[in-house]
Amino acid sequence: MSEPLFSKKNIKLLSDPINDSNPITVQVLGICSALAVTAQLKPSIVMAISVTAVLALANVIVSLLRNTIPNRIRIIVQLVVIAALVILVDQILKAYVYDVSKQLSVFVGLIITNCIIMGRLEAFALGNRPWQSFLDGIGNAAGYGVILIIVGFFRELLGSGSLLGYKIIPESWYIANGGFYENNGLMVLSPMALIVVGVIIWVQRSKNRKLIEN
Amino acid sequence: MNRNGNTYTFIYAAIMVILVAAVLASVSMALKPRQQKNVEIEKKQNILASVNIESSAENAEELYAEKIVNEYVVNVNGEQVEGDAFTTDLKKERAKDPEDMVLPVFECQTEDGLKYVLPVRGAGLWGPIWGYVSLNEDMNTIYGANFDHEGETPGLGAEISSTPFEEPFKGKTIFDESGNLVSILILKSGQVAPEEHSVDGISGGTITSKGLEKMLQDDFNSYKEFLIKKKS
Repeated sequence: MSEPLFSKKNIKLLSDPINDSNPITVQVLGICSALAVTAQLKPSIVMAISVTAVLALANVIVSLLRNTIPNRIRIIVQLVVIAALVILVDQILKAYVYDVSKQLSVFVGLIITNCIIMGRLEAFALGNRPWQSFLDGIGNAAGYGVILIIVGFFRELLGSGSLLGYKIIPESWYIANGGFYENNGLMVLSPMALIVVGVIIWVQRSKNRKLIEN
Repeated sequence: MNRNGNTYTFIYAAIMVILVAAVLASVSMALKPRQQKNVEIEKKQNILASVNIESSAENAEELYAEKIVNEYVVNVNGEQVEGDAFTTDLKKERAKDPEDMVLPVFECQTEDGLKYVLPVRGAGLWGPIWGYVSLNEDMNTIYGANFDHEGETPGLGAEISSTPFEEPFKGKTIFDESGNLVSILILKSGQVAPEEHSVDGISGGTITSKGLEKMLQDDFNSYKEFLIKKKS
C-alpha cells in the first residue's frame, strides 16, 4: 500500500504526458486554446501556468471526492469544481495582482472550457488517489504548456520579430529600412498556429516511432 | 445510503451548489473593496498616461491629486453642468439622449502647459474598448492617447493598449484646415489619408482598429461644441 512518493510509476505519470501521451500532439485535446492564445510568447506562458494550477487542484479535489460523487451527475460535479476554482483564481488575481489579471483577461474564463481538464478529471482523477492525480495534473498541464510555449515562441519570433515584447530581429534588416527581411503576417493569425502544431506533431512522430499508427 | 438513488443525487447536488455558492460569494465580498480600489487606481493611471505621465500603482493617487487641477462635466452644447467627472460612467451616458448626456473633462497641468483629457468609449471586436485622449490648449493637436479594452484578442486587437500603437497619435490633429472635425483615421496598409489625421492600424486586428476609429469619431463629435467653444 505504501509506495514511495516518487516511485517509478508515479514519475511516469509526470513524464508520459510530456511526450508519449501529450494532450495536444497525441490526444489532440485543448487545441482551441492552443490556437487562441499563442500569437505571443507571454500569454502562452501565463496560460500554461494558470492551466497547471487549475488542473492540479481540480484533479486533487475530484480525487478526494471520487467515492462520494453520484455517478449520474459526475460531469456536472466536475464542472462545478473547475468553474469554482477558476472563479476563485480570477477573484484573487483581481484583488492582489491586478496587472497579471489584466493580461490574462479572457484566458481565465477559457480555462473552464479547456477539454484537457475535463478529460483528466474524467479519465484519471475519478479512479485514482489524490497524490497520483496531482502528479497526473501537473504532467498533463506541463505537456500542454510545453507545446503552447513552443508555438508561442515561433509565432511571436516570425510574426512580430520579437520575444516577450523585446525586438529580436534588428530594425535595419527590415525592407522598410532598406534591409531584406519582413515579418510573416500570417504567423499572427490562428491558421498558422494549427500549422505549427502540425509541424511539431510531425517532428515528434519522426523521433518517437511508437506514436506512428498504421 | 444508495449512491445511485435519486435522493442521494439530489442531496449531493444541493449541498455542493450551496457550499460552492457560499464560498464564492464570501470570497467575492471579502475581496470587493480591494478590487474596486485597483480599478480606481488604474483609471487614474490611465488618465495620467494620456498626458504622458508614467505612474505606478503606488504613486498614482498622489500624482493624480497633484497634476489634475480641475475636473468637470459638460453637456453636448459645451456648457459646464453639475456632476462629478471621475465617477461619471460613459457607458450610461451613451445610452441617454444627447441632450441629457454629460461628458467628463479633466484639466491637467503638465510641463508643456495645460492639457485637456477627454475620455472615449466604444466597441471593439469582443467587447468594449475605451481610453483617454489629451489635447493641447489649441483643442486640436493630440498630446497623448491611452487605450484599453476588456477582452480583445491578445496579440491582435489587444495591441491597441500598447505603446507602439498609441505613440503615433501624438501630434496628430483632429480638425482640418477649414475647421471641420475629421477625427483620427485608422488605416490598413495600402490605404491613403492625410498624414496629420491618421495612424496605422493593427494587422490582424482590423475590426478592433475600425471600432477604435468609430469610437474617436463619435466621441469627438459629442465634445465638438465644447472643443470649438474652448478654442475661440
